Amino acid sequence: MSVLVFLDQADGHITKSSFEAANYASKIAEQSGTTAEAIVLGTVADDLSVLGNYGVKKVHTVSDPSLNNFDAQVITNVLAQAVAATGADVIVFSNSAAAKAVAPRLSVKLKAGLVSGAVALPDFSNGFVVKKTVFSGKAFAHIAVTSAKKIITLNPNSFTIEMGSGIAEIMPFAATIDTAKVTVTAVNKITGEVSLSEADIVISGGRGLKGPENWGLVTDLAKLLGAATACSRPVADIDWRPHHEHVGQTGLAIAPNLYFAIGISGAIQHLAGVNRSKVIVVINKDPEAPFFKAADYGIVGDAFEVMPKIIEAVKKLKQA
Amino acid sequence: MKILVCISKTPDTTAKIAFADNNTKFATDGVQWIINPYDEWYALVRAIELKEADPSTILHLVNVGAVDCEPIIRKALALGGDEAIRINSENTDSFYIASQIAAVAKEGAYDLIFTGKETIDYNGSSIGGMVAELLDLPYISHAFKFDLEAGNALVVREIEGGEETNKVALPVVVSCQKGMAEQRIPNMKGIMGARSKPLKITEPIAADSLTTVGSFDLPPAKAGVKLVSPENPEELVRLLHEEAKAF
Ligand SMILES: Cc1cc2nc3c(=O)[nH]c(=O)nc-3n(C[C@H](O)[C@H](O)[C@H](O)COP(=O)(O)OP(=O)(O)OC[C@H]3O[C@@H](n4cnc5c(N)ncnc54)[C@H](O)[C@@H]3O)c2cc1C
Ligand SMILES: Nc1ncnc2c1ncn2[C@@H]1O[C@H](COP(=O)(O)O)[C@@H](O)[C@H]1O
Repeated sequence: MSVLVFLDQADGHITKSSFEAANYASKIAEQSGTTAEAIVLGTVADDLSVLGNYGVKKVHTVSDPSLNNFDAQVITNVLAQAVAATGADVIVFSNSAAAKAVAPRLSVKLKAGLVSGAVALPDFSNGFVVKKTVFSGKAFAHIAVTSAKKIITLNPNSFTIEMGSGIAEIMPFAATIDTAKVTVTAVNKITGEVSLSEADIVISGGRGLKGPENWGLVTDLAKLLGAATACSRPVADIDWRPHHEHVGQTGLAIAPNLYFAIGISGAIQHLAGVNRSKVIVVINKDPEAPFFKAADYGIVGDAFEVMPKIIEAVKKLKQA
Repeated sequence: MKILVCISKTPDTTAKIAFADNNTKFATDGVQWIINPYDEWYALVRAIELKEADPSTILHLVNVGAVDCEPIIRKALALGGDEAIRINSENTDSFYIASQIAAVAKEGAYDLIFTGKETIDYNGSSIGGMVAELLDLPYISHAFKFDLEAGNALVVREIEGGEETNKVALPVVVSCQKGMAEQRIPNMKGIMGARSKPLKITEPIAADSLTTVGSFDLPPAKAGVKLVSPENPEELVRLLHEEAKAF
């Protein structure tokens, strides 16, 4: 018996949310008196022994470069072998693009109940109950997993890491790798930007900014704070900003520490994707804007007057 | 070519989210039900476009649900599609629903199965992958572009911080999101035509449920917004730094 965590990698580096998932897995292991092990697929540049600091005892690596080509079916079959080899009965993923493709397949393969988008550790007091977001972040549900094996995908930024110290043992895992049916023919990644789903701080703009030429008010602040940028749906629809920045009910759902909304009205569909943020700041010239009801801090004012001053003040703070 | 589109019923995006029966059930009073937006705007419309490009295409819709799903099934048929299949069952969990869809899909030998990227109520993002595994088919999730080329599907899907183009031979299961197609509104001809399209009702197969929903809760209410004067935006930066410790 053990807990197995799948570590996602991007360009050879373990993602930030995978470290959260690893630490989450180790807490589950602790609570159930077992150990957490991890599996990494493809070629990785990072030193994996640091996973020990997150509570992981062993890291199984399948470094076959063919796994850099993502085919959910191939990956699922490798993971199923790892589950069999480690005897894992809880499998944890960070709720990433890879997890969304693989976890449901693995759920069927192992007949393991799946809870996707978990936001807290399982409650063992009455079986195995996991809290997840539902209604696009507007509510939570407590899901009881009734099967012997269980799969959880953990939402990024919803679990606070508690570092310990340790050195994880790295163990190459000999898996049978199927021939992929899906071929990745092109990858187009926006490098150098902070990933929106993992970002601690997100600066977001809406239609109130009037046009793409004014986005410096968003991007300058984001740069200063090492933040990711986001936007409301109409802004992406009219191509002021790229689609992958669209947050909300029909876009990405995020939960950063700080969500800073500029010129966004706060429609219910927008709030759905951002209301799990810890601190929400709203800059809007309309005191009646619904966003103020969901905000922690706000300024009723013209973004074009207020934002340059905020940017200056942050600059000063960063220089101090 | 045969296409199957999976259609689910969800509360309208503006529905008030509240719970009844000791927080064990979604309070449905006064709730408007719609076709899950990802199923309608993206999966279904893209499938209709494929049929328009090749009229010999057979397009079926499938729903796992009780009789109260029929209005949204008719609405989907008004947009397009040849017939719908309703698997007469209350929804329990994703594995159960996927097992039902897979049974219908196997029977119909479809070349292409579309789902939405997720239901906007349960947010499982899981039915498509489960159906694919049950049918031993490849699965491409969160696709926002789909084209056919000589028996292959060319699909662009979302990955963290970017996109990836995939090539795969049919049959395949694809989950669809924004970008796949443009939302359509059913016209009068479609609405009239939908009345005479077959809506077949089948009984569910025996299948397990692996999860059950215990209770729901709402996020804690915010304490209320602290407003800073627009004359003094520097104060906001100070508060965020010193009080909220946000940076
Ligand atoms: C089914 C469905 C799904 C949807 N999904 C999403 C979604 O996922 N994400 C999403 O964002 N939306 C979504 N929407 C759209 C949503 O309902 C709103 O229309 C949208 O969020 C509004 O965007 P906005 O706030 O940028 O623009 P607006 O509503 O036009 O608001 C602009 C705001 O800027 C303020 N403003 C104007 N000038 C200034 C200034 N100089 N300084 C400061 N403030 C200023 C205004 O007071 C106003 O509040 C969805 C809608 C539907 C029906
Ligand atoms: N009851 C259902 N009947 C038919 N299709 C469904 C049903 N539930 C979910 N789906 C499909 O599966 C997709 C993903 O749902 P979910 O995994 O619940 O987020 C939806 O967008 C639909 O296309």
